[in-house]
Amino acid sequence: MTTRQANSARTAWLIVGGLLAALLLLAGCGSSSDETTAGNELQKLGKGEGEVDLISWGGYVEPAWSKPFEQKTGCKVNNKVAGTSDEMVALMRTGEYDGVSASGNATARLVDGGDVAPVNVSLVPNYKTIFSDLKNQPYNTFDGTHYGIPHGRGANLLMWNSNEVKPAPTSWNVTMDPKIAAKYKGKISQYDDPMSIAEAAVYLKAHEPKLGIENPYELNEEQFEAAVGLLSEQRPYVGEYWSDLTKQISAFAGGDDVVGTTWQYQYFALKAEGKPVAASPASQGFLPSEGATGWSDTWMISSRAKHPNCMYMWMNWIVSPKVNAEVAEVFGEAPAQSLACEHTKNPNFCSEYHADNPGFWKRVYYWETPVSDCGNGESDCKDYNDWVQAWTSIKG
Amino acid sequence: MSRRLATLFHGRPRLQVGALLAGPMAWLVVGYLGSLAVLLVAAFWSVDPLSGELIHSLSLENFETLLNEPVYRDIVGRTVLIAALVTLTDAVIAFPIAFYMAKVASRRGKAILVVAVLIPLWSSYLVKVLSWRTMLSAGGIVNWALAPLGLSGPGFGNTAVWLVMSYLWLPYMILPIFAGLERIPDSLISASEDLGASPLTTFRRVILPLAFPAVVAGSIFTFALTLGDYITPKLVSNNQFIGNVIFNNISTNLPLASALAVVPIVVMIGYLLVARRLGAFEHI
Repeated sequence: MTTRQANSARTAWLIVGGLLAALLLLAGCGSSSDETTAGNELQKLGKGEGEVDLISWGGYVEPAWSKPFEQKTGCKVNNKVAGTSDEMVALMRTGEYDGVSASGNATARLVDGGDVAPVNVSLVPNYKTIFSDLKNQPYNTFDGTHYGIPHGRGANLLMWNSNEVKPAPTSWNVTMDPKIAAKYKGKISQYDDPMSIAEAAVYLKAHEPKLGIENPYELNEEQFEAAVGLLSEQRPYVGEYWSDLTKQISAFAGGDDVVGTTWQYQYFALKAEGKPVAASPASQGFLPSEGATGWSDTWMISSRAKHPNCMYMWMNWIVSPKVNAEVAEVFGEAPAQSLACEHTKNPNFCSEYHADNPGFWKRVYYWETPVSDCGNGESDCKDYNDWVQAWTSIKG
Repeated sequence: MSRRLATLFHGRPRLQVGALLAGPMAWLVVGYLGSLAVLLVAAFWSVDPLSGELIHSLSLENFETLLNEPVYRDIVGRTVLIAALVTLTDAVIAFPIAFYMAKVASRRGKAILVVAVLIPLWSSYLVKVLSWRTMLSAGGIVNWALAPLGLSGPGFGNTAVWLVMSYLWLPYMILPIFAGLERIPDSLISASEDLGASPLTTFRRVILPLAFPAVVAGSIFTFALTLGDYITPKLVSNNQFIGNVIFNNISTNLPLASALAVVPIVVMIGYLLVARRLGAFEHI
């Protein structure tokens, strides 16, 4: 090695050393974030601030209804589409947004983190006619305080290929019981999300009563291990874990998967393509015997909202009968607004999606954020980080 | 003003170079290495389980999780193994093609082949992976073509990931080997022949040693690209790569994701050290 090379090598090591030192310095003095207290709810609606920054699920904020909103209120809509609940929470933490269409597995995290403010429902006139079984739910009302306006809901259905799966299943055992699932080895479709653990818990709640599962999102060590064990046994039979709904549609259309969890959207999309798919019929209450998991979305307002008046106007607009009907049809979910059913393009839409059928929703366990404190004062439940970790281990 | 500047720089070569490099270096150090440093710092933080907010105190907890949970060892092992297989496959396929391009083909044929190798790089990565997904699906063209022989395709899984990755990164292996072979003077090959070496001996004793650094250079691309990919595994298999686990944790547990991001960096540093030993950087 020449002296010149030796010199440049020394310089390189000096740079690396310097960077490491800077790194340690950075790590040591990282400031802790200030404690944000939940702001008080708005008392009186003022004039619009000219714009509103939203985070939403794809399909929730479309020009068809956001343009008329802009013309009516003068609030320009800036929308950011998020792909997962986790992403929504991360975006809300930045404080750059006025509101979010949060699912139940995000709401508690947002409230606990002080990222969202209570909502004064008297400033949202359309709240009155929202389906009553969506109000005062554990994922939108905390300690008796409203934290949002319900937007819409859906159930995670069991769908199967009617040519391949016979007899028609009436229970989740077709995907959850290893003996039966083995028949469809490599052709089971499972939602790629830690929330699938709750699906296993719904099954165990009905079939293993001695575990004593009440809420599939509040699982203690033993219950959690049982649900995770069930999914680990299911692993070799799974054809595909889907997170992108077009991926599931292509897997069912191409015959790669024949049975599994789906949303109403994919079921009706495949039906419309003339594919031989089926889901639980009306005689079974449209759900497998155990019931099912599902989601219910809520518009929440940021505790640091820069445009609170526009956000309130948006929350009222999105649940107004005509707009809520439009969103629900575009997205493929049941509207939250009871008056929306008169405005849907497809006259049977509300009955197809069971919007006005409270009996259907009684058997749906809406997504919640698993937290360690599940109400017995012992903090012995598995929290969401445990769920994420377990889901990684199940997939292997 | 401009005259004064000119006077300032006149006869001061170090200042000239410094002024010229200040912009790019600032970008490299602040924008590129700086963000990497912040990411690595986060690997030592942790997350409050209830609110999900970051706790800015140093701990090795995340690295302990990585070592103690068998699933992470499996995932790292799978990622590295498939990256190695893809590299090997691409090297074996690329060498004859590159050799033909560099030493056998006519000038015109060479141009056509270079364009042919480059064309796949013009189309979107996602389109290529999704086409493979369609081809490998149960009702896809692979099964259809194999059916008369009584065979069926690999379906979705590790084999599919290996196939698709080998396809995707092949040009990155062909081009460096082609460049390396082109640099070998034809006279060396003639000399070897004149001295009575058989074609195999010429290949083994003359061409391969001279082209080997180019193969190693190409392998750095294929290995690193496979190591970092997470979309292909998601689209054509159920198996997780390091990148998938990082993606799944990035918004709920940034510190764990950062700790995982250290793994490919360490693997790559090891790989580059070996590559340097093998002489991959001697002609750069």
